[in-house]
Amino acid sequence: MNSSGLDFTALRLSLELAGVTVLLLLPLALMTARFLAWRRFPGKSLLEAALAVPLVLPPTVVGYYLLVGMGSGSWLGGWVERITGQSLVFSFSGLVVASVIVNIPFAVQPMQRALEAIPGEVRDAAACCGMGFWRTLLTVELPLAWPGVVTAFVLTFAHTLGEFGVVLMVGGSIPGETQTIAIAIYDRVQAFDYTAAGQMSLLLLVFSLLVLALAGGWGRRIGRRDALPRI
Amino acid sequence: MPCPGSDFRLSVTLGQPVPISAELACGGGELLALVGPSGSGKSTLLRLVAGLVRPVQGRIECGSACWFDSARGLHLSPQQRRVGFVPQHYGLFPHMTALGNVMAGLHALPARERAARARQWLARVHLAGLEQRRPAELSGGEQQRVALARALVGEPSILLLDEPFSAVDQVTRQTLHLELAELKQELGIPVILVTHDLDEALLLADHMTLLARGHTLQSGRPQAVMAAPVNAEAARLLGMRNLLPGTLLRHDKTAATSWIRAGSVELAAALAPDLDPGTSVVWMVPPGAMRLTAGAAASPADSLRVCIHSLLPLGDSVRVSASIPGLGAPLYLQIQPAEVAALNLQAGSEARVEFSRAKIRLLRA
Repeated sequence: MNSSGLDFTALRLSLELAGVTVLLLLPLALMTARFLAWRRFPGKSLLEAALAVPLVLPPTVVGYYLLVGMGSGSWLGGWVERITGQSLVFSFSGLVVASVIVNIPFAVQPMQRALEAIPGEVRDAAACCGMGFWRTLLTVELPLAWPGVVTAFVLTFAHTLGEFGVVLMVGGSIPGETQTIAIAIYDRVQAFDYTAAGQMSLLLLVFSLLVLALAGGWGRRIGRRDALPRI
Repeated sequence: MPCPGSDFRLSVTLGQPVPISAELACGGGELLALVGPSGSGKSTLLRLVAGLVRPVQGRIECGSACWFDSARGLHLSPQQRRVGFVPQHYGLFPHMTALGNVMAGLHALPARERAARARQWLARVHLAGLEQRRPAELSGGEQQRVALARALVGEPSILLLDEPFSAVDQVTRQTLHLELAELKQELGIPVILVTHDLDEALLLADHMTLLARGHTLQSGRPQAVMAAPVNAEAARLLGMRNLLPGTLLRHDKTAATSWIRAGSVELAAALAPDLDPGTSVVWMVPPGAMRLTAGAAASPADSLRVCIHSLLPLGDSVRVSASIPGLGAPLYLQIQPAEVAALNLQAGSEARVEFSRAKIRLLRA
């Protein structure tokens, strides 16, 4: 830990966690969003509510359930420990699992809204043009839903960088393993090192503002370019 | 494989989202118009043909290929059927140029060849020079042409058009009608056109199928269907105005006449031997089957006294609404202003309507 300035280890760990979370979550969230956007089935509202739960529950509650669910005594935690010889809780892998679960609504909802906005006629036309699943996904659905994908990316990445409660519950504060920048800021404040806490807070603030502004501008530009034709 | 010159046959039932029970047939190089009111299942039927909706039961064939057969559990996807589909609002890919949209209809060819063929089709639909425009930068008629080029560039087995002319202005529509008539002959594939415009069906179609509540009401050549609707519902859908209630009294086969009671009088109509005496019928008076007179009736069985209800000038003619004593439904006639003056017609006055017996058709109510 660097006690007189930026904690680069924590920053690198946060960026790694955010990157891995985005890489793992976005493809899964895209398929889930596709399924929810166009399928009607019994219990759809219940499933949507379950996926949105992390939005409304206090992070400590989500963290508690994840801690219990991934602990050595749990089915998942026990299985992972048998396979890898490592505990899922208080480890980077456990943080990744927790981060993926907590970020599901931030990734799924923007993409689901964007996919829902693609007219059914456009998808029908793609099928009648002979396009298969992957070609339709890559050349029609993703380009049209791109603002939603960008929003999902930004929200997931930024939210992971700033996540505190869940990380603390599941990962604790092990430097180089589970101590993210948000935890490091908390630790610096606890140690009355306001200079380091201030620097790291400012870095997070500027980074978040920049990413949101860039993503917003990009999304608007794509939205204008791909406007649906006026008929 | 495309099946130019071959026939298309469909016989299906569907429960959801619209209950459908329909039979269609269309020859290669022919245009079949699906006509019916909103919600009659026209568009759903087209989606069934395309493979976008799976029927519950039945069989769909195009040429020698079977696309759907519930008995064998066979259901080919839209990708396997190779259909050319122009949705109602064209379904263009908004992020692609006109050229990109048409190229999207081609597969398994090098990009250069796909681009060359797409350019040829864009030129064929009179859009040369607009290849790099996106759909939002094209007019409604131009978008329709891009959608048509995209549907045809892959040499489909069948062309499906879902009310393609509903969103363009009158002048563009007339031009597009002519172009479609030419294309139909050149392509040699079955063309199915969904429309609610009877004039469009009469102009373009070789065959017409009338749909109501998902059921096939009547099929045939458009002029034949218009001239002889099978029942009162079909007549209403075909825009017939004078459909009046009555009771069939008897048939007189030697005089080729069926007698009905309409209100308080007996009237003669064209012989309808399929209908049983005593049943409720609808008697249909086509335009040109009646005229207003002021004099005495030459044949009482072929005329009625009516009370003029209203006179409405419409263009260079006058629409007369008249009520028949003892009959709830009004009778409408289209006459020239000179006749109004000659007969001294005004609201509230009485007149006599003479019918041409052979043209009065009796329909099942």
